[in-house]
Amino acid sequence: MSMSLRVGIDVGGTNTDAVVLDDDDRVLATAKRPTSPDVTEGLRAALDAVLAGLPDPRLVTRVMLGTTHATNAILERRALGRVAVLRLGAPATTSVPPLSEWPDDLRDTVAAGTAIVRGGYFVDGSEIAPLDEDAVRKFVAGTPADAIAVTGVFSPASADQENRVAEIIQAEIGDVPVSLSHEIGSLGLLERENAAVLNAALYGVARDVTAALREALASRGLEVETYFAQNDGTLMAVGYAARYPVLTIGSGPANSLRGAAYLSGVADAIVADVGGTSTDLGVLVGGFPRESAAAVEIGGVATNFRMPDILSIALGGGTIVGAEPRSVGYRIGAEALVFGGSTPTMTDAAVAAGRGVVGTHPVPGEWSERLARAVRAADEAVADAVDRVALGRADRPLVAVGGGAFLLAERVPGAREVIRPEHAEVANAVGAAIALASGRIETIVPAAGGGSARARLIDNAKEEAAARAVAAGADPESVQIVELSEIPLSYLPEPAVRLHVKAAGPLARPAG
Amino acid sequence: MVKAPRMQARITLEDVAALARGCAVLGTGGGGDVRPGAIAARRAIREHGEVPLVSLDDLPADALVLPLSGIGAPTVSHEMIHGEDEPVRIAEEIERILGRPPAAVMSSEIGGGNGVAPVAWAARLGLPLLDADAMGRAFPEVQMVSMYVAGIPANLVVMADVAGNVVTIRPIDGLWSERIARAVCVAAGSSALMADYVLTARECAGAVIEGTVSRAIAVGRATEGAADPLAALTAELGAVRLLTGKLADLDRRTTGGFARGTATVEGTGDDRGRTLTLEIQNENLVALEDGRVRAMVPDLITVVDTQTATAVQTEALRYGQRVTVLAWPCDPLWRTPKGLETAGPRAFGYDLDYLPVEKIA
Repeated sequence: MSMSLRVGIDVGGTNTDAVVLDDDDRVLATAKRPTSPDVTEGLRAALDAVLAGLPDPRLVTRVMLGTTHATNAILERRALGRVAVLRLGAPATTSVPPLSEWPDDLRDTVAAGTAIVRGGYFVDGSEIAPLDEDAVRKFVAGTPADAIAVTGVFSPASADQENRVAEIIQAEIGDVPVSLSHEIGSLGLLERENAAVLNAALYGVARDVTAALREALASRGLEVETYFAQNDGTLMAVGYAARYPVLTIGSGPANSLRGAAYLSGVADAIVADVGGTSTDLGVLVGGFPRESAAAVEIGGVATNFRMPDILSIALGGGTIVGAEPRSVGYRIGAEALVFGGSTPTMTDAAVAAGRGVVGTHPVPGEWSERLARAVRAADEAVADAVDRVALGRADRPLVAVGGGAFLLAERVPGAREVIRPEHAEVANAVGAAIALASGRIETIVPAAGGGSARARLIDNAKEEAAARAVAAGADPESVQIVELSEIPLSYLPEPAVRLHVKAAGPLARPAG
Repeated sequence: MVKAPRMQARITLEDVAALARGCAVLGTGGGGDVRPGAIAARRAIREHGEVPLVSLDDLPADALVLPLSGIGAPTVSHEMIHGEDEPVRIAEEIERILGRPPAAVMSSEIGGGNGVAPVAWAARLGLPLLDADAMGRAFPEVQMVSMYVAGIPANLVVMADVAGNVVTIRPIDGLWSERIARAVCVAAGSSALMADYVLTARECAGAVIEGTVSRAIAVGRATEGAADPLAALTAELGAVRLLTGKLADLDRRTTGGFARGTATVEGTGDDRGRTLTLEIQNENLVALEDGRVRAMVPDLITVVDTQTATAVQTEALRYGQRVTVLAWPCDPLWRTPKGLETAGPRAFGYDLDYLPVEKIA
């Protein structure tokens, strides 16, 4: 069997990292380049650097990209599509129309028009009103847009009306992309609607970044399968990512958690990713990031799709001692004491404490007391953060990754041990290159004791999650259910639970 | 006729965020999420204009006051948001039955989401909001209202659902009112808007808790831009700081529709070595230290984030949070024999004789 290589690229706020892995997941080459303002230039530079370390770049068969293109597009209100926003729910929900709480400039950029038509479901699956198909036709015909977002009340439990609207749009105006909320978010109408609208607004961004990546690869003679990293640390084939670009948001922290799991060989751990300005702490459960229960705000908009549960503290290699949380950032090579500069940083403090050998100059003696104090304060902050994310469990190891991992002490209270895997500085790019694809679904089912309907609904959800994993690129033969959780819903006449199912599996072999 | 409202007494778009923060503090851990109500309130003010905030003195004696609240399952109301017209249908039905339209809207429960949403309902109806409520805090049961304590009969309940149905109940007492209203709510998809204890301004005197809307706004404003938000909030509330520490243990159980639980806060800093235990049934009801009660219902006990002084609701409590527990006195109405019988510690199953927080904290 011929060797095939994979390239993982992770675009971070400061650096763009790239790695090459072989079939046995050995790291063959790594590269770190500054992230450029347009993202794409830095991506090309990191790609070139990592390919230069290979004897024959044509052995690369897959490229996996974790990128901030989508996040940046939303934050900067740039390259976003115009979206026709359709809600199925009247006469319910009219007290808060779509996009009510959006920042004005983002709403002006994105909204092509909004409507609430009769439709939607009650919690028990009966219709609030039959879908007003004429009103749907009239709205989509009269609202020219780059994409359409459709959100029905209780669609995560009852999706028929949303699917019917997609059919009507197809018949009425043909091939405009449609974002159906039940495929994107969970219960909580406004947050799910926001996520569906952002998803629809990002179709063009997804097309552009895919084209840029393909062009960069083609011009380097690479004919490869391309994948995007999503926010649970798994991958989506390009065709799938084109439909769910919003799921790329949050892939950075997820990649670093998955990479830490891979490099350390530990599936249940606390991970600390120490960068230039901050340390992100997360928790690995069965090899996947623990997800946040809270709503996530993106560009001033509340959404509810699942994201890794991350606690950030202001501790990085460039953090200025005495002026926290400020950081010298990329200027560390000129400003830190160990590089002959005059700004005391946490890197200087860690070097003075004997935790690493960095730089070109010794730390001047007059700083030693202040730096020692800073190290003690940092150790306390880390111990505090570890305690918070560990939720009281002190029996797991801490995996230290990122360029500033040497800042962390040999022992951290609340962690069994500190593991520092090889290539920890590019753990996020390694995480992007890990070849798993996943699919998720969330719905409502009767609580335990709910009879045969419950068992059938749970089986359906498992099948749907597996089908979504396959659509994202997983090998149908080896997809498994990796997570199944139930959250009880209070105050309902019939006990019910919110069911969350996730399926994942290794990527199918590239065609040909 | 409504007399001219005082100059500054209008709820503006900017007031909504402060009101929401204040209502969360007065929610003592329960009362539901304040965010959906705040979103609806802002939207309604943009659409219909600012909402006059009136006191009882501003209303003629025979003016009808319409106490409104949303009832049902929080998961449902977060997904199946209210329509715009439910308050209109309730007001029309009240006018049909009583022969005159309501003159003001009142919050039934200032603590939590039902403290904020009435701004939206008043704006939609074009009515002022009465600066009062029926609890001065949050309570879990429909009869735990000041009108019940004051002996106002619960003989008319009007409910409206998202589909457009209106249901009028003429119950024989408060218990039947609760029982039938719950059944209607379930039939309506577990979410409905409800008016109960409709009363005149004259009847309101002594039967409602006055000044609670402006108090909630003041509580919310206290932490805005404060150098020490916790100190500012404590001072504004006149609260006792029971303990500052971290949430060390959380034992949750859901029984009989209530989120019951026990939260343990371990002292940090100056409070190191001390431990406070909170007994929770939707709201924080009893605070104990070393087996000694330091505060109990109906006095108010709220957990706030130590840094930001933002209220932490019961469902949002997580291990490791850095929190401070505050307690302060309830309205005197709840300290009367009927008040304590309705919402004192024994009403929640605690075998405790009520002692005011200022005596025991």
